[in-house]
Amino acid sequence: MSDQPLFSPRNPWFGISVGVTAAIAVLSAIAGLIWLPLAQPNLKLAGVWDAICSAAGVPRAAVQEAGVKPDFKTSNVVMTSEMLTKVDQVSIGRGATLAQRCAICHGPQGVSDAHSPNLAGQFAAVTYKELNDFKTGARVSVVMGPFAAAMSDQDMKDVAAYYAYLPRVPSDNLDTGRAAPAVVVTGAPMRNIPPCGSCHGDIDNKAGSPWLGGQSAVYIKAQLEAFASGARRNDISQQMRNIARRMTPEEIDQVAHYYEAQP
Amino acid sequence: MLTNRRLIAAHFWLAFIVFGVALVLGAWQMFVRSPLNAWHFNPEFYYRSVTAHGSAMGYVFPTLIAMGFGYAITEASLEKALIGRRWAWAGFFLVAVGAVVAMIPVSLGLASVLYTFYPPMVGNPFYYIGVVMVVVGSWIWVTLMVTNFTIWKRENPGKPVPLAMYANVAGSLLWGWTAVGAALEILFQILPVALGLKSKIDAGLARVFFSWTLHAIVYFWLIPTYIAYYTIFPRAIGGRLFSDAMARISFILFVVVAMPIGVHHLFADPQVGAGFKFMHSVFTGLVALPTLLTVFTICASAEIASRLRGGRGAFGWIGALPWSNPIMLATALSLVMLGFGGAGGLINMSYQLDAAVHNTQWITGHFHLIFGGAIVIMYFAIAYDLWPHLTGRALDSFGLMRTQLWLWFIGMIVTTFPWHYVGILGMPRRMAFYDYANPAISPQAFSVAMSAIGGFILLLSGLLFLLVLIRGQFGVRGEAGAYRFAVPLHMPARIPVALNSFGLWLALMVGLTVVNYGFPIAQLMALKETSVPAVYVGAGR
Repeated sequence: MSDQPLFSPRNPWFGISVGVTAAIAVLSAIAGLIWLPLAQPNLKLAGVWDAICSAAGVPRAAVQEAGVKPDFKTSNVVMTSEMLTKVDQVSIGRGATLAQRCAICHGPQGVSDAHSPNLAGQFAAVTYKELNDFKTGARVSVVMGPFAAAMSDQDMKDVAAYYAYLPRVPSDNLDTGRAAPAVVVTGAPMRNIPPCGSCHGDIDNKAGSPWLGGQSAVYIKAQLEAFASGARRNDISQQMRNIARRMTPEEIDQVAHYYEAQP
Repeated sequence: MLTNRRLIAAHFWLAFIVFGVALVLGAWQMFVRSPLNAWHFNPEFYYRSVTAHGSAMGYVFPTLIAMGFGYAITEASLEKALIGRRWAWAGFFLVAVGAVVAMIPVSLGLASVLYTFYPPMVGNPFYYIGVVMVVVGSWIWVTLMVTNFTIWKRENPGKPVPLAMYANVAGSLLWGWTAVGAALEILFQILPVALGLKSKIDAGLARVFFSWTLHAIVYFWLIPTYIAYYTIFPRAIGGRLFSDAMARISFILFVVVAMPIGVHHLFADPQVGAGFKFMHSVFTGLVALPTLLTVFTICASAEIASRLRGGRGAFGWIGALPWSNPIMLATALSLVMLGFGGAGGLINMSYQLDAAVHNTQWITGHFHLIFGGAIVIMYFAIAYDLWPHLTGRALDSFGLMRTQLWLWFIGMIVTTFPWHYVGILGMPRRMAFYDYANPAISPQAFSVAMSAIGGFILLLSGLLFLLVLIRGQFGVRGEAGAYRFAVPLHMPARIPVALNSFGLWLALMVGLTVVNYGFPIAQLMALKETSVPAVYVGAGR
């Protein structure tokens, strides 16, 4: 064993290993941060410092371009998976009072046969988003628009919390033995349709996707047709419009009746 | 002489039980996503299974092998009992309990985030806590290895540390440092979100932290294999190790350059600058060096053994090698798979070539060939070699061992070669469903079906392996003698202090980490508005 100290300029292992490592690091940094960026004319760099900043990944202000503005109102709700998932008893109580005005169509217990959506047990974030969209005009309805127009943000949260609190009631058309249509389970990859169940429950639930079990088939069908025609446009990234446009009328029918028969 | 046989055997048995379970999951995954299966299952089960398979095979199995083998090396090479036996058991139980804690939420479908975590996806906190327990358990092993190494050096001043122990400590130090990245990611990025304290996560920063771990973890898996190449293989075939110093330099190179290269996993990620990607690419190229040195040294060692047995000619000596010896066979098959896998790796590390294969099945094929093939087949060899010393019974079903090793090799080639091919055709990885009726995808159907058959061959080989070990537990009693490691051609009496210690190499490792990771991490931490809402995983109703 050598008695030489390890960290010493007299130890050749120290000098050579540190020297070689540093040389490789410096050379690769010069190549990666200066030479390669400057060799690319399309980067339009102002000089060496600009090249270093660009290659190091320092963000640069994007060129401001006027975006294409849609000619209709878009939803201003930002969905997150945690949104309105915390239960607040006061909010539910307030919501119960406010919801009396909804009962004529949505039923006193959040369930009705009027082909309007059953709201009992619906995710709070979903009810809240739709109310908000009715208020801003992102979703158009001559019935719901005036109701929502008068509601404050807190009112909408309260009503949403109340309906989320109510238990789901099995539909009159309950038929759990019914086979799921292919589009619900596997989607249609060739037409770029993901499975319905990958967002609307069964497989997974994604933020903002309503629970569809027990909803009126008439209502589901009407909404899918509205998405397909563009009459309804409050799906944030067009996901439902893209899906509905590619569904056949038979698939829309099957899906509507399948979900109506689910708990 | 192995004193703590039960400790070592416990690590190996738990490792191979976990391996067996994960292997069944792997074969199932191969089948369900292949055209052999009409698609009629819940894709969530697939992601659940992939998470369990990856976590078990990536975190638990190789960690236990490295730990168990590390304890065996400590006792056999230093010729004294392990210091810290109780701590070693504590580490073992932490790993075992951590594995269970992590697997429960995964089985329940509450953490189908895949073993690389994929923020902003966030699963049940117990999954991450379980993984942290596994890592902390392995850190106990790291500490024990360093402690035993240091105490032995103090007791034996001037003597070179045996190669096996030197390499073992190199592996443990590499793991100790490289696991820090994933630990930082889990503790500061993911767990606060999983526990509900925060709802946003800086996915880009989290992925950079993970890349800190993600590449060098492969070398941590690899080091027991390389130790077996250098210190078991030459002895098992009746030869000598060609060069002790070359072996030490290989392990040192792994310590220094294996870690600051992980950004090559993020070539398609926007949050790291192109210049740093280039620097990581350069160092990734350097990490091929220790492997090339190793292939040379091992082939030279084999030639020595063959010529001692009477092998002649420029290539004739290859035929004179003891091919019926399972260790010989395993090492040769391992080197073949390492060659193909390494060639694929050189493609992945190149920015331009990676663009063609990034996130395709090519990558899955690549790491299965390297880890499942080249590395795991040597884990089998280590177990075969060590078993008689652990059980005190003969392990003599050589025919079964050779069949098992050949099946593993054939299975791995049949699985991974078609995978590489469909990757070039553009098949994405991490998907439960491929519509083989699609004219654009249908040309991949045959290759995918072939790789699924390879998966079943691997399963068969895995079962045979467990059968051999179980038979070994009931074999004829016989004292196997002291466990020895290969003797180098020139036994080093004095070696340079740099080849007998780690101070310099650790300094270079940390220094290179700062150079290659310092700025990207500091910048991402300083930037505002880089967090995104977490996507919680697990079906909600």
